[in-house]
Amino acid sequence: MKMIQCVSPLDNGKLTVFGMDVTRQHREIKSFMGVVPQENNLDPDFSVYKNLYVYSRYFDIPRKEAEKRIEKLLDFVQLTEKRDTLADTLSGGMKRRLILGRALINEPRLLMLDEPTVGLDPQSRHIVWDKLTELKKKGTTIVMTTHYLEEAAQLCDRLVIMDNGQILVEGTPEEIIQEHIGSDIIETKDTDEIRICLDKNNARYEVIGDMIQIYSNNPQIITDHLMKQCSLEKIIVRKATLEDVFLKLTGRKLRD
Amino acid sequence: MGYFSLPDITSKSFKVWLRNRDVFMSTFKVNFLPPLVEPILYLFALGFGLGNYISDIEGVSYAEFIAPALISVSLMYAAFYECTFGSYVRMYYQKTFDAIIATPLNIDEVIAGELLWGATRSVINSIIVLPVMAIFGLVVFPHSLLIIPFAFLGGMLFSCIAMCFTAVSSNINSLTYPSILFIMPMFLFSGTFFPLSLLPQGVQYFALATLPLAHIVIVIRSLTSGILDVSLLFSLVWLVVASALFFLLSINLMKKRLII
Repeated sequence: MKMIQCVSPLDNGKLTVFGMDVTRQHREIKSFMGVVPQENNLDPDFSVYKNLYVYSRYFDIPRKEAEKRIEKLLDFVQLTEKRDTLADTLSGGMKRRLILGRALINEPRLLMLDEPTVGLDPQSRHIVWDKLTELKKKGTTIVMTTHYLEEAAQLCDRLVIMDNGQILVEGTPEEIIQEHIGSDIIETKDTDEIRICLDKNNARYEVIGDMIQIYSNNPQIITDHLMKQCSLEKIIVRKATLEDVFLKLTGRKLRD
Repeated sequence: MGYFSLPDITSKSFKVWLRNRDVFMSTFKVNFLPPLVEPILYLFALGFGLGNYISDIEGVSYAEFIAPALISVSLMYAAFYECTFGSYVRMYYQKTFDAIIATPLNIDEVIAGELLWGATRSVINSIIVLPVMAIFGLVVFPHSLLIIPFAFLGGMLFSCIAMCFTAVSSNINSLTYPSILFIMPMFLFSGTFFPLSLLPQGVQYFALATLPLAHIVIVIRSLTSGILDVSLLFSLVWLVVASALFFLLSINLMKKRLII
């Protein structure tokens, strides 16, 4: 991310953004890029309005034009009423929205977001998602990193799962789920009895803690089959999610 | 990347200066208080209090002797603290530098803007202190007006030195080391409150070779007394060369710290 943002130098190879070389044309690239960093870096001593105005100066946006854009952006990120509030005293969700607004001051063609909704309450998170969807519709290219797989599934057209700097899979969220898990997951309690029953039927399953997960595209048939043949205490059928794929691919061990 | 590589700087640095000015102006009342009150307190305690026991020093009253030192110290403090604690807070706690380098500005321009602002703080302080000294009749005009532009040069040097310390400090508390081991001794032994000539010859040379404040006091004392001498050129050249070197060093050290 930092290399695309023309901030970190390349170790080797070549990297271009919209056909421009990041090592030589960093000013041009950054002039049409918006960045939402993981850590808030608003100016705490400035009001909401002034934060946006000071940022517009870095892009050489003329004052009149900046004022027009700021009004529109305040409305877009729903902070018009907070325009004179010091950035330091905003809530977490408002700070995030202000940062998103600030990243849009130069009307970027490319918006880079690093964990845009980390630490936000569900309402604030949904507002940010709505805004990003709106921007996407308008044709802004959005590149984001996230650990919230629900967020990735909702927003991304193209998804890459990375682990230790390596790309593990790539595709649309639906493709990835279908390819690695199937449409559904059947979960049941892990007992010897059930394992014997499943082994007899040559079923593909995984043991996770005290649960057994069976991946399938035909949950109905398998469930009926299991109900008939094995004495099941409890059985849950649910849609497979990206989180299942992620855990399957990267393992369940804690990574620090 | 060396320690004295030429930075890539455009007029965009001025945008960083503007940002710092705007923050300064939003709390200007409290910002004007220290440079106004501090020299007055020193002037009363040392100049008029202790000074009572000193009939004259190098041909002038003690208050007249320390007046240029108080101006020099004020401009030193302004720039040094702006570019140590001030810049450290912006760099590390507020992540202001990160926010700015996501725009068409690069890190060289951010640091240059910080240094320009630090020098400007010195100019502001000199503008505040000079009238105080004038009210007590301790400075000669119009020569003393030259102190204002000169404060920019002096402030630039202290900003650059301060930025070097900021670049190599692992945390904000370690900035106490240069404050107490560099700034404090310089405050006392740069010909500020007694003439350099009282020191042993070797120490005098050491002071002139290494202490920026010693040269700043020499220049400002000439301006407040209105007695200009060719030997001033040596101090001016020393200050310009040191500023240029520390300007390059501070930007390169900051780049080494921040670009990962």
